[in-house]
Amino acid sequence: MSKNAKLVILLLIIAAIIAAAPLLMLKGATFGGSDDAGSQMVNQIEGNDYTPWFTPVLENIIGGEVPGEVESLMFCLQTGLGCSVLFFFIGRFYERKKQENARAEAMKREEEK
Amino acid sequence: MTKRQRLIITISASLALAFGIVPAASAMHIMEGYLPPMHCIAWGALCVPFFVAGMFSIRKTLDKNRKLITVLAMAGAFIFIISSLKIPSVTGSCSHMTGTGLGALLFGPSSMSVLGIIVLIFQAILLAHGGITTLGANTFSMAIAGPFAAYGIYRICQLLRVNRKVSVFLAAFIGDIFTYCVTSFQLAMAFPSEVGGTWASALKFLAVFAPTQLPLAVVEGILTVVVVIGLESFAAPELRSLGFIKAAAAGFSAENSDDACCTAIAEGEESEAEYE
Repeated sequence: MSKNAKLVILLLIIAAIIAAAPLLMLKGATFGGSDDAGSQMVNQIEGNDYTPWFTPVLENIIGGEVPGEVESLMFCLQTGLGCSVLFFFIGRFYERKKQENARAEAMKREEEK
Repeated sequence: MTKRQRLIITISASLALAFGIVPAASAMHIMEGYLPPMHCIAWGALCVPFFVAGMFSIRKTLDKNRKLITVLAMAGAFIFIISSLKIPSVTGSCSHMTGTGLGALLFGPSSMSVLGIIVLIFQAILLAHGGITTLGANTFSMAIAGPFAAYGIYRICQLLRVNRKVSVFLAAFIGDIFTYCVTSFQLAMAFPSEVGGTWASALKFLAVFAPTQLPLAVVEGILTVVVVIGLESFAAPELRSLGFIKAAAAGFSAENSDDACCTAIAEGEESEAEYE
């Protein structure tokens, strides 16, 4: 394995540990969004419940909060779109480099002859 | 640029203009309706010059080498992925990363305002995350302030001759943290404390965001480095065209023994480009 491949694997493991550790360590924490924590802070500073003056577009359309499952669907969609584009091109670049290597090798052999 | 590309840019531009100026914006993830209308307008207007500069910057890059649209798409996709991952943090709440550091290093900070707005609009409309009224403010923190911080840090690291992987890590890390600093400040300006005013509020918001965000910024730094390593191994010609790797620094990817012929290939690639 090349040096870079080892480094990538090591880095990904570290990232996974950082992401998983709080989940395992803090038993019983709610893990709400930090955006919500922000709005709680707004209430605290204002001294009363702040009422947003505009509701999200989607909530207006469907007339209520976006269901949790639908929200996670949308987040998956976002991740999926991103991943498909990113890895499609990485795959193309990978193939391209492989072909170039093969071509270079063929040229080298040609010269040796 | 093809007609279609121009069309896409125009559409996203008009969207941004419409949303940034019309008083219906609250954005990174300052929630919908949480900023007073005047703030929304002001932040939106502040974003416009950066957005325009970003479009020109992207057009210039693509005019120089049209093939770079692939890498640009990858930078955008990276923001999509990274900003959709909500990760649990040490404080017991979840937050997500920005992902704008990568593109800022590759394409320059202003171009990120264009990519960032696309993601923020997606999240604001489909996810009820962030918001249309706060779009201007969120764009400023996530797609302008963060990328510029990341780019600045990267340049400083380069001047100090810091290892490239370390520089990329630091840039993405600080870009992420800085985004949340700006968000705190934006909220603080809208909600100054009775005692101490804006600054006291800013510290309070920062106290909520910073501990949550620190470990996530580390993760973002790591993931950015991983993608950069991948690009360096497989897309060296593109990175060279972007000026991210210097032609002479091809030795960087040739460090690995199995990449020894990389330099030769790269040279071949360049002469091919000349043919075209």
